[in-house]
Amino acid sequence: MSDPLTAAPQAGALATWLAAPVPASRAQAQAQQFWRAAWRLRYNISALFGLGIILLLLLVAFFAPLIATHDIYAQDLASRLQRPSFSHYFGTDELGRDIFSRVIFGSRITLYIALLTAAIAAPLGLVVGTAAGYLGGWIDIVLMRIVDVFLAFPSLILALAFVAALGPGIENSVIAISLASWPPIARLARAETLTIRTSDYVAAARLQGASSWQIIWSDIVPMCIPSVIVRITLNMAAIILTAAGLGFLGLGAQPPSPEWGAMLSTGREFMLTNWWIAAVPGCSILVASLAFNLFGDGLRDILDPRHG
Amino acid sequence: MVTTDNIIETRGLSVTFGESTDTNRVVDDVSFHIRHGEAYGLIGESGCGKSTILRAIVGLNPDYDGEIFFQSQTVPHRRDKSFFRRMQMVFQDPYASLHPRKIVHQVLAEPLRIHGLDRHEERISDVLEAVGLGRDFRFRYPHELSGGQRQRVAIARALIIEPQVLLLDEPTSALDVSVQAEILNLLKKLRRERGLTYLLVTHDLAVVAHICERIGMMHCGKIIEELSADEVRGMRAVKDYTRDFLAASVGSRAGRIDQEMLPS
Repeated sequence: MSDPLTAAPQAGALATWLAAPVPASRAQAQAQQFWRAAWRLRYNISALFGLGIILLLLLVAFFAPLIATHDIYAQDLASRLQRPSFSHYFGTDELGRDIFSRVIFGSRITLYIALLTAAIAAPLGLVVGTAAGYLGGWIDIVLMRIVDVFLAFPSLILALAFVAALGPGIENSVIAISLASWPPIARLARAETLTIRTSDYVAAARLQGASSWQIIWSDIVPMCIPSVIVRITLNMAAIILTAAGLGFLGLGAQPPSPEWGAMLSTGREFMLTNWWIAAVPGCSILVASLAFNLFGDGLRDILDPRHG
Repeated sequence: MVTTDNIIETRGLSVTFGESTDTNRVVDDVSFHIRHGEAYGLIGESGCGKSTILRAIVGLNPDYDGEIFFQSQTVPHRRDKSFFRRMQMVFQDPYASLHPRKIVHQVLAEPLRIHGLDRHEERISDVLEAVGLGRDFRFRYPHELSGGQRQRVAIARALIIEPQVLLLDEPTSALDVSVQAEILNLLKKLRRERGLTYLLVTHDLAVVAHICERIGMMHCGKIIEELSADEVRGMRAVKDYTRDFLAASVGSRAGRIDQEMLPS
């Protein structure tokens, strides 16, 4: 059988491949869908701005050792509390450490916490929400009461409680923030599932003999993923703030780790005399969470036409 | 008596919706049978319970009273895979019955995988050919297809596991008139080629007269009368309600569409 299933794009022919009117393989069809969605982003200035900052953050975090100008742990008490200058772009802190280098390395910690939390909370919320919504009955009741209990606490307080129980540290704050951020996603996924489960294509899948788990996995989850991605991207801002908050309270990353919240916390003492020590990590937190918010809004516009 | 000639038979089939104080008996003690290779039509106005009968027979609505027989055997309320292998359904709205994020190939490959059939690519190409779509359609998403093309994909999905019975829930009412004729001719051709048994639900007399040999007239959850296709065309009904129903709808459309489609 002469099957063009594996027709791969030729070099330089990528544009033609993406624009082909008749896709010749599943991969091509999916690539075309993705390309068209991404192409719709181009007019959304704020989303592009957010995406740009996120990409910049990722690059900075990845190349941190190359960008940083000083050793982030090296103390130099002779040059403590210096104003921003060409030798120290963002000045130095109370122990003479270079704030620029520390903020650069701090982006690694922030992204690590945000992405790991998303990677734990999103699948957990998705599985719990779709299972509760599709299976219904007592499974739904039990799972949703658990979600209600979690939702009854403010997320920072809940994270505080978990950190207090597990002990301070980055890994524990990731676990704590994940535990606080999956319930809203489960709620969202359940609500989506309730509208999908009565649809004809789910009925058709049942008539083909698909089991409940097959239907959840292959029919319901793909429909819930876009809104979950949007929600988790918007949540990233809150996750970053919660992580910084835990660091600020001394329950997240521990000094001398250059975590932004912890840096902000030490800078607080010098706020009135040496503003840059608190302002630089504070602005970093602001810009990072703003970027995720803007990008999340843009994603919602292209992935979820109902809110567009 | 149950005879081996009947592929589907219901006895005292009743479906009730609602709680104890506020119940609504949508299907009320319906008994009818469909013979092997026959096309049986259920007609009636909206809300008379015809689609509910279909959903009860196929197993989408397990809460029914009475008995349903398939090839002289009572079917359990929870259907199993081997039952679905032999009976499939085509839904009314092709815009809702295809998963929006699955390409045609995926839609057709899944039932093959569930039922453990072999030669996927070959079967998918064959069934697409049979419903009048080319192999090129394999990697399209539903939103890239027209209503008629979607309904062809839905028919292909039902046929790919080679069932004996096809339940059709108003398969053309969401389509343009010109496309309706194409789909009806396709259904007729497929039945001839594959020896399928059809149970068709519709409120459109032209459709039912074109496809079906025997027709059950439904009113308020009951089958009040059974007619042949010729009796419907000639409007020779016994019950007053049936005569009114035929008179109200036949004049406007039946003759015209039937003529358009006769060359098939």
